[in-house]
Amino acid sequence: MKKVNDIFGKELKVLNIGLEQFYEDLKSQDIKAIQMDWRPPAGGDSEAADLLAALLG
Amino acid sequence: MLIKTVIRHGEYYDSVKLMIATKELSEFEGIKEAAILMGSDLNKEVLKRTGLLTPESEAAVPEDLIIAISSESQDAIDKALDAVDGLLNKHGGGDDENEYRPKSFDSAMKTMPGLNFCIISVPGKYAKREAMKALKNDMHVLLFSDNVTKEEELELKTYARDNGLLLMGPDCGTAMINNVPLGFANKIRKGNIGLVGAAGTGMQEVMVLVHKLGGGISQAIGTGGRDLSVEIGGITMLQGIEALNEDPDTKVIVVISKPPAEEISDKMLSYIKENVKKPVVINFIGGDKKKVEAIGKIGATTLEEAAVEAVKIAEAGLSSGFKIETDEELKAIAEREAKLIKPGQKYLRGLYSGGTLCYESMLVLRDYIGDVYSNTPLNKTMKLEDATNTTGNCCIDYGDDQFTVGRAHPMIDTTLREEEFMKEIQKDDVAVIILDVVIGYGTHSDPAGVFAKRIKQAKDIFAQNGRHVPIICYICGTDEDPQNWAMQKSKLEEAGAIIVNTNAKASKLAGMIINEL
Amino acid sequence: MDRKLANEEALKRLQDSEVYLVGAGKAIDVVPGMKKNLILHAGPPVTWEKMCGPMQGAVIGALIYEGMAKDEESARKLAASGEIEFEPNHHHQSVCPMAGVMSASMPVFIMENKKYGNFSYTNMNEGLGKCLRFGAFGDSVIERLHWMEDEMYPVLKEAIELSGGIDWKALVIQALQMGDDCHNRNRAATAMFAKIIGQYLSKVNADKEKISKVFEFINGNEHFTINITMAMCKAITDAAHNIPGSTIVTAMARNGVEFGIRVSGLGDEWFTAPANTPKGLFFPGFTQEDANPDIGDSTITETTGIGGFAMAGAPAIVAFVGGTYKDAVNFTLEMYEITGAENKNFKIPTLDFRGTPTGIDVVKVLETGLVPRINTGMAHKEPGVGQVGAGLVTAPMECFKKAARYMVEKGLNK
Repeated sequence: MKKVNDIFGKELKVLNIGLEQFYEDLKSQDIKAIQMDWRPPAGGDSEAADLLAALLG
Repeated sequence: MLIKTVIRHGEYYDSVKLMIATKELSEFEGIKEAAILMGSDLNKEVLKRTGLLTPESEAAVPEDLIIAISSESQDAIDKALDAVDGLLNKHGGGDDENEYRPKSFDSAMKTMPGLNFCIISVPGKYAKREAMKALKNDMHVLLFSDNVTKEEELELKTYARDNGLLLMGPDCGTAMINNVPLGFANKIRKGNIGLVGAAGTGMQEVMVLVHKLGGGISQAIGTGGRDLSVEIGGITMLQGIEALNEDPDTKVIVVISKPPAEEISDKMLSYIKENVKKPVVINFIGGDKKKVEAIGKIGATTLEEAAVEAVKIAEAGLSSGFKIETDEELKAIAEREAKLIKPGQKYLRGLYSGGTLCYESMLVLRDYIGDVYSNTPLNKTMKLEDATNTTGNCCIDYGDDQFTVGRAHPMIDTTLREEEFMKEIQKDDVAVIILDVVIGYGTHSDPAGVFAKRIKQAKDIFAQNGRHVPIICYICGTDEDPQNWAMQKSKLEEAGAIIVNTNAKASKLAGMIINEL
Repeated sequence: MDRKLANEEALKRLQDSEVYLVGAGKAIDVVPGMKKNLILHAGPPVTWEKMCGPMQGAVIGALIYEGMAKDEESARKLAASGEIEFEPNHHHQSVCPMAGVMSASMPVFIMENKKYGNFSYTNMNEGLGKCLRFGAFGDSVIERLHWMEDEMYPVLKEAIELSGGIDWKALVIQALQMGDDCHNRNRAATAMFAKIIGQYLSKVNADKEKISKVFEFINGNEHFTINITMAMCKAITDAAHNIPGSTIVTAMARNGVEFGIRVSGLGDEWFTAPANTPKGLFFPGFTQEDANPDIGDSTITETTGIGGFAMAGAPAIVAFVGGTYKDAVNFTLEMYEITGAENKNFKIPTLDFRGTPTGIDVVKVLETGLVPRINTGMAHKEPGVGQVGAGLVTAPMECFKKAARYMVEKGLNK
């Protein structure tokens, strides 16, 4: 069983989704991080999002 | 006046990026007003206010990006429009200019194999979906987003707990894992004090004071403000306490929260009593110390007290030269200041960016001047309907949801608090002002510089009308923060602010001054 | 079948296929269902009346070439008379570039997928300039088509047969490592083909002059192999087609009016939307105004994980994608977001030999809001003018939405 403590002492590798400042702060401290180029689901296309939901059932 | 509106369907940028681009666009030559924003109703209000609303933008949907510009010159509008994409797609600089940014979890995992932590600050309605994906990809999550429902929170936290992961949040601003500051957080020495907290700036305050008192932090786990509600049942807090209890690098555990519901508070205390042998300092801010002492643990009433107690037990106290003011010292300042204040000046105005700092201040002030008015009052009868229309003694939390819809947090964007500050200093009945200045990662790059300028303007106004209003500042931050605590301090001191070394003491001083009048 | 398993199977077939150029023949003799009064065309189905200029021009040329009409006017009359049937190449195991017109007498290449046992076909590339595939039907065009049928085809057929079959996948793998994307750049693939076929051409039992002319023709057209590569892709994607439950795209094609896709788990249904018009670079004297909307079966390359999807490996043509090499890399990296596999055969040396993004997944397209990006040649919108440039175009999102809707409505996602 995985435990919360497993992350303690391990090198953090961070995915930042949203405010870029958080990503830049991590980079400035040499923490491994990547920024996602996030878009709302289906690129904000609500029709596509509905279809996707139906498709995935 | 020409008003140009461009609608782009399905384009999305985060609010901070849009605000920066808007600001830069407004500074273009010949541009009167400019706005780049998503087509939400709230943003349409903004357009209306700035006179930029057109039938096109009125008809926009939330998934639309609206670019609105007004100018006397078509040429200026064309130039500005040409520049929009450049402004929006400008990255923060560094060597990764044009570096590919993954657009999905799948490709993120390929771009950086072994990702184990995810910070999420997308709009609330999308936050649960992204957080669940992060958990399913085996990442711990700091969920900064707010406007996530309790049902969503419970689902996420249950999944996280069952899979040995932390879901910190929603609305969690601060954490520190393996000495890495995450979200709004300060640079803190590594040490043996572990934190679990349901109060963002409250955690920052404790960590900063621990650091200044010569101690250090092993881990700091944020839970989000609703974790200790009856429905959520403290899932993350229990996980955090358990993890810190088992963590060999943690000697003392500090628990911080606003007072939870009684059944949850009892649940936490009985869990700690049964399972935790390590010393635990518990600060249910404003809660009952006796219950904590009854289970053989240490109670604290203020954040400052929690930090002091933790450092004491941790035996990590390096001598740091940092001193917290004594009540006698505060009293002396209060007497000195009170003498300079004119009759008719009666009230205190606390203008806060940190929610927990505001909350703690109101508790401290209660002992001196009773309940104060607020947008987030301790006592419902003191609720201000319109927090920009102050009356009597007030403490306002500008980081509260009502101010952050469509606007960045006041720790990032100082504009609103600057405006309110300038309004307050010109009111005849105002006697004392408190400003918190939170520095560290995620926040404004020079908040003290901004407020020092404002305080100097205030002093000029006071010089003209012969008034004196002490401005008490508390700076939550360390010397290792990018903004540097000492440098921030000297800017404010130079401007004539009174700097106090803890948030609790800042409000205490303000209370004392009011009482001296 | 469970979507994940179905897609895994489709992706496996896309990668395990082994396709050889095994021969050549007359369309009427080898292309399934081909008949005298049938004209095949690029893209999803389209009627004569609705065809774009270049495609109508190509049909006119084909009817003249077949001797069924003597000039433009009689060809138009015949085409509109109902006596001529029009069907997509894709319905006959075939793909052809641009207008993609194939008629009964035309010589075609034959490809065999040795792993899965299916065949595919394509016509032979006429070169650049005024060509049937761009809707030109002047005398020079018709003459060249006859030369190709009468002189080039028999020589090439014999040479291919002498070779015992050419491993086309191996050739494409190599070409990708040599800077081709195998859609808009075919220089390396064509050079390799010339090298291989040269040794067999020399053994063909024919007049030296004739052989020399064939070799010269191949050598003089750096895009000679695009048709063959497309046919390889068709043989690969057909093998991955008709896997129930799979959301992997198995065809993308344009007829100059509409863009259409087919999906592995959705049978022979086309999902179409108005084709976009490519944007890019123009030959001197032409502008964006001259460009016809997206046309041709060549998007079968992107469907298979090469072409635009392998852009990062083709630095020589980055001008099409915005000018910098980094743009080309980002172009390819973005396509990983909507595909199911990194190709185990087709590799990109400049991305540390990462496999090309392969197998467009309708689900991922909807999830990300990203559509396949294609680099393509551009035809003049008037028949007979020819190629005006090359550039970029995207597949319309509507095609993917229609496919999803169909899948849900027919219960094919269960």
